Amino acid sequence: MIEPWAESGALYGWILAMGILVGVSCGLVGNYLLLRRMALVGDAISHSVLPGLVVAFMLTHSRNIPAMFAGALVAGLITVGLIEFIHKKSRVKPDAAICIAFTTLFALGVVMTSLIDKGGLHIDAECILYGEIAFVPLEPPVEWFGIAIGPQPVLLMAGVALAVVGLSVVFYKELLVSSFDPGLTTSLGFNAAALHYGLMAVLSVVVVSAFEAVGAVMVVAMLIIPGMTAAQLSSRLPVRHGLVVVHSGISSLAGLHLSVWLNCSTAGAMVVMGALLFVLAWLFSPSDGLVWRWRRRGSDGSGEEGTVASPGGKV
Amino acid sequence: MTAAVTSENPPPLEIHDLTVAYYKKPVLYGIDVTVPAGKLVGIIGPNGAGKSTLIKAAMGLLPASSGWVKIFGEPFHKACGRVGYVPQRESVDWDFPVNVMDVVLMGRYGRLGLFRRPTAADRDVARACLDKVKMLPFASRQIGNLSGGQQQRVFLARALAQESDLYFMDEPFSGVDAATESAIVVLLQELKDRGKTLLVVHHDLATAREYFDTLLLLNMRLVAFGPTAEVFTHEILQKTYGGRLTILSEVAEVVGRQP
Repeated sequence: MIEPWAESGALYGWILAMGILVGVSCGLVGNYLLLRRMALVGDAISHSVLPGLVVAFMLTHSRNIPAMFAGALVAGLITVGLIEFIHKKSRVKPDAAICIAFTTLFALGVVMTSLIDKGGLHIDAECILYGEIAFVPLEPPVEWFGIAIGPQPVLLMAGVALAVVGLSVVFYKELLVSSFDPGLTTSLGFNAAALHYGLMAVLSVVVVSAFEAVGAVMVVAMLIIPGMTAAQLSSRLPVRHGLVVVHSGISSLAGLHLSVWLNCSTAGAMVVMGALLFVLAWLFSPSDGLVWRWRRRGSDGSGEEGTVASPGGKV
Repeated sequence: MTAAVTSENPPPLEIHDLTVAYYKKPVLYGIDVTVPAGKLVGIIGPNGAGKSTLIKAAMGLLPASSGWVKIFGEPFHKACGRVGYVPQRESVDWDFPVNVMDVVLMGRYGRLGLFRRPTAADRDVARACLDKVKMLPFASRQIGNLSGGQQQRVFLARALAQESDLYFMDEPFSGVDAATESAIVVLLQELKDRGKTLLVVHHDLATAREYFDTLLLLNMRLVAFGPTAEVFTHEILQKTYGGRLTILSEVAEVVGRQP
């Protein structure tokens, strides 16, 4: 299992770092998406940032980072606005409104990509869909006072992860109350709409910076799987945040080894490992694991405090 | 009811010509009412009468098509610090990853404002409020592991922690056990005696007369507002509940039981 490290430790170190940073950023934002029942919106934004990127690319003729972030941010907020607009102004249900909005925007992006190609510039569709985390260490390193610090995508992701952690600490109570009880949030004088769009803006930035590593398809897994795994294990939000970090560490490391062993896509292997962790948590969660539930049913054991104490608890 | 209102002492709630519509279909029409301080008001009316809509619109949770609402003489966003809210119990997800203490502390968030975290003093207030509804032993319990009545008590403790002057409560008696129901009644009475104003959405006619000193009868329009003894009459109830026969016979029975 130490084989990849012996060969080229630095290379794999950067891939691992990227995996963990993507996992932490996506997982923390994903925790709130899950609580707000907005997992599908994560899926939507991960696709609909594409036209934003293409437009930013067309306008600046470069892949400079501020332009890409701005493009993704605008596209992300337009997506959320469009979903709400379709839902409110027609009889389309929210889930259908999400599908209409993001597939249309993604299609627009695909069409515009071919326009760019004719202009001599090039966006790799394969990379947008599946990501190229294995190539991350090969990107030109960022130099600071002449010293190479590390590959640019990894440093960028580190900045984004730091910002996500910082924001979820600073806005912890606002995000908590607005996810739990939007009515109370507004009645307390907080701006629920601003919090909602703020979260969506952060989601857009996280998604676009994770794009390069894991692509539009698997970034959704990174958003949802860590939080869902944590939800099997704890019913306290701060603990879930911590578990998301642990999850991304384990799934990135195990995924990296899997991909070296099978010589397959690294991002794919990381997501597979993440999903495996979810299944394990689901089966063996100490409080509510499927296996314990089966065994309990077998021996008709009652008196498990957590679940039996509330005969009329679930609404 | 519109007692002379001086500018120094504006009424807790003043609603003028309020109309609210969903998808351009009005659900509340031209509501005009002024609620004086220290009243325990029951909002009653048939299903779809707009009871919840009225309190949500009063707090700006729903946009008004026309009219205005003033809380202590000011628009809601300026007076929100003096308003407590108990939403319908069904409106939140009780599997949410918080415990009882976390939920009650949310009642303090409005006072804290942005960025600041609950202090030890806030926790003391929250504990005292939990004690008041006899839920202190459950402080670290995950909220999904509570009965319906216990959940409602937690919501009430959270409202108490807001330390407000005007309370809006949306069906606090729905789906609770008898012990909780009487505990809530005592609590409401206590708040009223301390000079607080309470507006409580209620759907049980049989108990409305006993629980509230003032009633607001609603059926898309304001049917009547006044002291319970004056407005809880067969005629007004019939006007409120219209031609709904089953309810009408119920009403007849309730009014018939009047001393």
